[in-house]
Amino acid sequence: MSFGAEFIDYLNYNYTLLIVTLGTGILCLASGVVGTFTFLRKRALIGDVISHAVLPGVTIAFMLTGVKDPLYFILGALASGLVAVWVVDMVQKHSKLKPDTILALTLSVFFGVGIVLLTRIQRSGNAAQSGLDSFLFGKAASMNVLDVQLFGAIALINVVCIFIFLRGFTLLSFDEQYAKGLGFKTGWLKTFLSVLTVLTVAIGVQAVGVVLMAALLITPAAGARFLTNSIRKMLLFSGLIGAISGIVGAVISSTGTGMPTGPWVVVCLSVLAFIGILFGKEKGLIARIRLRNQNKTKINNENVLKALYKMSDDGQSSVNLNDLKKHDSLESLPVQTILNGLRKDDLLELVKGQVVLTEQGRIASREIVRKHRLWELYLSKYFQLKADHLHDDAEGIEHVITPEIERHLTQLLEYPDKDPHESEIPY
Amino acid sequence: MNDFYVILTASLVAINCALMGSFLVMRKMVMIGDAISHAVLPGIFIAYMVSGVTTNLVVLAGAALSGILATVLIEWFTKKVRLQNDASIGISYTLLFALGVILISRYGQKVDLDQECVLYGDIELTVLNIREIFSGFYLPSQSVVLMAVLAILLLAVILGYKGLLLTTFDPAFAASAGVSIGVWHYVLMSGVSLTTVVSFDSVGAILVISFLAGPPAIAYLLTERLKTLLFLASGIGVICSILGYYLAKAWDASVAGSISIVIGVSFVLVFFAVQLAKRKQSVISLE
Repeated sequence: MSFGAEFIDYLNYNYTLLIVTLGTGILCLASGVVGTFTFLRKRALIGDVISHAVLPGVTIAFMLTGVKDPLYFILGALASGLVAVWVVDMVQKHSKLKPDTILALTLSVFFGVGIVLLTRIQRSGNAAQSGLDSFLFGKAASMNVLDVQLFGAIALINVVCIFIFLRGFTLLSFDEQYAKGLGFKTGWLKTFLSVLTVLTVAIGVQAVGVVLMAALLITPAAGARFLTNSIRKMLLFSGLIGAISGIVGAVISSTGTGMPTGPWVVVCLSVLAFIGILFGKEKGLIARIRLRNQNKTKINNENVLKALYKMSDDGQSSVNLNDLKKHDSLESLPVQTILNGLRKDDLLELVKGQVVLTEQGRIASREIVRKHRLWELYLSKYFQLKADHLHDDAEGIEHVITPEIERHLTQLLEYPDKDPHESEIPY
Repeated sequence: MNDFYVILTASLVAINCALMGSFLVMRKMVMIGDAISHAVLPGIFIAYMVSGVTTNLVVLAGAALSGILATVLIEWFTKKVRLQNDASIGISYTLLFALGVILISRYGQKVDLDQECVLYGDIELTVLNIREIFSGFYLPSQSVVLMAVLAILLLAVILGYKGLLLTTFDPAFAASAGVSIGVWHYVLMSGVSLTTVVSFDSVGAILVISFLAGPPAIAYLLTERLKTLLFLASGIGVICSILGYYLAKAWDASVAGSISIVIGVSFVLVFFAVQLAKRKQSVISLE
């Protein structure tokens, strides 16, 4: 082979890759954006229903026209997808069946109709039908310029429509009744959103297949949800997660034979969403675990300080380490570890099995005891609780009382010096 | 005889699915059945790579395990990550299905297994695999497996009836009575996983979902007693299988698809009949 032919081969290969990469990227962007609302309206599985339900529409379109024209396919898919959404809503309104049952039933019956029609076409021996079922499983690798234009169009439609109707869609997703009260035409908005979703699915199914289309809608949104609380940012992140996964998935699948594009895109989507779920700044799993641990450490520290305060007579004397460990309130706590932490913070000193509070530690321990006793007094004064009902409640609340609340309590209780048990409230 | 074999296989799947589906419908968990039926793909493939055969217990176990893995994943996303339940289901099964497709297209050139057979299996093919049970008596080997599973499910439902009933209808009371919700959840999920796995091979994932959701949903429109529901759903499943089979024959189309259509039509008829009856009742009470 000459160099020229090789070069043309290379270009061709790259051209195909470019088309597929661009196509899946744009498609995933489009579905990630519209899927944000599907996700927020807690209708994540409707995407699954729609992608199965487009099959009868596609086969009927083919039977009527006899040609494999994407335009007819999309029209058919749009029609039967919308019918499915309508059926789901209608049955849900008029029966005691729960959404999941209705979704599963609609999905499988529509798909059943599609399969019956498909097998009839196949057995009728229509020469043009070959490849019709690639609609079912996606054919991203054979994407052409027309497909990319189509994806671009739907992406543009989604972004523009959502930009224009952002307020309506957002209100609809979070509080439908409120939206209605403000005068939004919620029925119309819902239908409009359904049309956008069905259109996206109808176009996307041919690239990634029936089963995986659902992931294109919801996985980006699920990941984005953990990254932000703002709807605008969530739309942006969702679209970005989609676009990046689409591109990376297409590139990965081009590196070898037998590497299907759709599934690789879904794997990339899942990985990105998972990263969001793990590392999301506030809502991410790791952030939540860290916060929980911080709270736990804070509570443990304060409980030990409180015990020390009581045992050391306001920090005046040292406390025997073994006595401290045996204290009732510190049962089943890792006292040694907690003490080591407190020593690092310069709150106490450990000398020959004796614990001594530092000046700083004395202030801290006084503070927690003060909060505890103020709360007990508040409960007994304002809720007329008996003295023996106060302690357990104060045990929980003392750790979350902020300085502002404390100041407020002190004023409210008129600078008290004795708690309901006649113990002194330290300042 | 072939008619009988196919109808028998479909009916067995219908009964198995009705038993499990009734609980799923009551627990609002039908879509988990959908998820499991797709998520078995990687399990089947890995088990096949390990054992080298497509129809044996190892593959069955692999599939059931990855089905259960899907439910564990869904639980984790919902409980620990606090992702809304529908999204947890959607993410988990699409990921597992995608992994399965990747594995098969990369390494599975010789495996008789593709996503088409997973989605709408070929029940017509059950007649090709007939086994002599005892002298002169033949059955499709698929239906023998299904019968075994039916026996297991019946045993589980009868022995565990109280636990399943309690945790389904009054989880709060069940918890206070010391019945473990988690244990029964996974008992049920294992049952669903097993059912799905042995069924989808012959009828495809879509018909499994039809069977899991359809007959119990139709029965639920007519009764609220769990025992009646179980019997009614099984009966409806069997009738739909018979009607669907002859419909497919008449149309020369997919059996699985036709049964789904019959289930859908039955649902629509019962749905409107119940609506009509309700309207009549309210008219009478107004008079």
